[in-house]
Amino acid sequence: MESMFDPSHISRRLLLQLAGTLAAASALPLVTVRTARATPAMLASAIRNLVGEAHVQVGKVRLDIPPLVENGNTVPMTVSVDHPMTADNCVKSIHIFNEKNPQPNIANFYLTPSAGRAQVTTRIRLADTQKVVAIAKLSDGSFWSVSVDVIVTLAACTEELP
Amino acid sequence: MMRRAAIAILALLGAALPGLAGEIGESARRSGYEFMSADTKAMQDDNTANPAMLSVLDGETLWRTKAGAAGKSCSDCHGAVDVSMKGVAARYPAFNAASGAPVDLGQRVNLCRRQHQEAEPFAPESRELLALTALIARQSRGMPITAGDDPRLAPSVAHGRALFMQRQGQLNLACTNCHDDNWDKHLAGSAITQAQPTGYPIYRLEWQGMGSLQRRLRGCMTGVRAQAYDFDAPDMIALELYLTSRAHGMAVEAPAVRP
Amino acid sequence: MPAALVNVPAKAKRGAVIEIKTLMSHVMEPGYRHTAAGEVVPRDIITSFTCRFNGAEIFRADLFPAIAANPFLSFFTTASESGRFEFEWIGDNGFVATASAAIIVE
Repeated sequence: MESMFDPSHISRRLLLQLAGTLAAASALPLVTVRTARATPAMLASAIRNLVGEAHVQVGKVRLDIPPLVENGNTVPMTVSVDHPMTADNCVKSIHIFNEKNPQPNIANFYLTPSAGRAQVTTRIRLADTQKVVAIAKLSDGSFWSVSVDVIVTLAACTEELP
Repeated sequence: MMRRAAIAILALLGAALPGLAGEIGESARRSGYEFMSADTKAMQDDNTANPAMLSVLDGETLWRTKAGAAGKSCSDCHGAVDVSMKGVAARYPAFNAASGAPVDLGQRVNLCRRQHQEAEPFAPESRELLALTALIARQSRGMPITAGDDPRLAPSVAHGRALFMQRQGQLNLACTNCHDDNWDKHLAGSAITQAQPTGYPIYRLEWQGMGSLQRRLRGCMTGVRAQAYDFDAPDMIALELYLTSRAHGMAVEAPAVRP
Repeated sequence: MPAALVNVPAKAKRGAVIEIKTLMSHVMEPGYRHTAAGEVVPRDIITSFTCRFNGAEIFRADLFPAIAANPFLSFFTTASESGRFEFEWIGDNGFVATASAAIIVE
């Protein structure tokens, strides 16, 4: 078992046996559709739902996404906020939005002061070249944001699932 | 999207035709890894970030699971996978004396299931077959590919090479037209690459899942609008064998990540 | 039988900020795709991820269909005391998966 990883990498791997089954889904022949799309208006409305009437300031938040994405199905993304993480002064949450996927929300992250560092990495889907927005909510109630443009290239040879 | 790709292929190769197929010199060979972005490389390099490792984990369970009328698991015969399977995948496709033909790693697993476990073979591209081949291939990581060394395979390697050179499909393209002659160019947004099969089975971002070299080749054939070979067809195995022998000496990266 | 990979340092110095990485197998079917026959493939995603340390929530995420298949999440925490991290993924169709990892803080 330990052979799978370099032993100097201190890692624990857990295989979870679950009652649910996911096997059936992969058998469907699928085609992607591009009907219902988020719009800049939906993006604005999703942000309004989060911040209410508060003013969103630009700054503090950093969004690392490759500017030119190899495949929109799996895009690495790291968001971080340059702000202390102490009990009375910290980042409460970080919210990620986009403007052209079928819906504007990507993820919400809820942090606690014990995080030590306000930074989260995940992998997202981007249906097309578009803007990605991150908004951080601080413990003092203020909102900070950043927005980046991402170019998504089309795969040359796509195929249907086997 | 397929039409756009087809137009791009024609535009790209219009200038190159009718050039002679130039095979890639040993020192010019480059794994698909070299063509990837830093982020995708990082995804492959970190075992706790490489999604193909989920398939390897799955394979570790299957390796120890008893199956078939014989009630045996892989480990009952082969013991610890990191010992018994070390270097094995680097030799595949390998000569199978019983059939007098090459078999790829997935077929080898299914031969074991049939003969020793007395179980039904796994379907091509099934979760189980991909998991076991990922687990086995992972035990050869970093080792040089030696497939095709067996002299009994020479006719199959030659047949596979002929298939690689043969134009096919509505776009009338051979594998060599892209992967020997234009590997340093792009097709739409994607690098063409040299088609060095160093990392299979792979986690392909496009698929959002695992797939074998056979699945990848079928995708290419569909891309040039040819009738794709059936899974496990003799031509498919011969093409896999030629490609693997063409990558002779390159390091196994399995399970790799590719865009 | 979904597999999960969790990476937590086995040991850490008190006060050190450590990274936790998690990878969970899941199709994350977004619910916007159609079969060749024109039927919508129903949404099947993980909607929530929570990490607790010694019972207290330290990180939580709401996930949407724009999260890639086999969700990967990495985040940070301060090593305060020895104990156990518990991870929970909750999703559509009754999906629940858990994992845990221990840490020794010196």
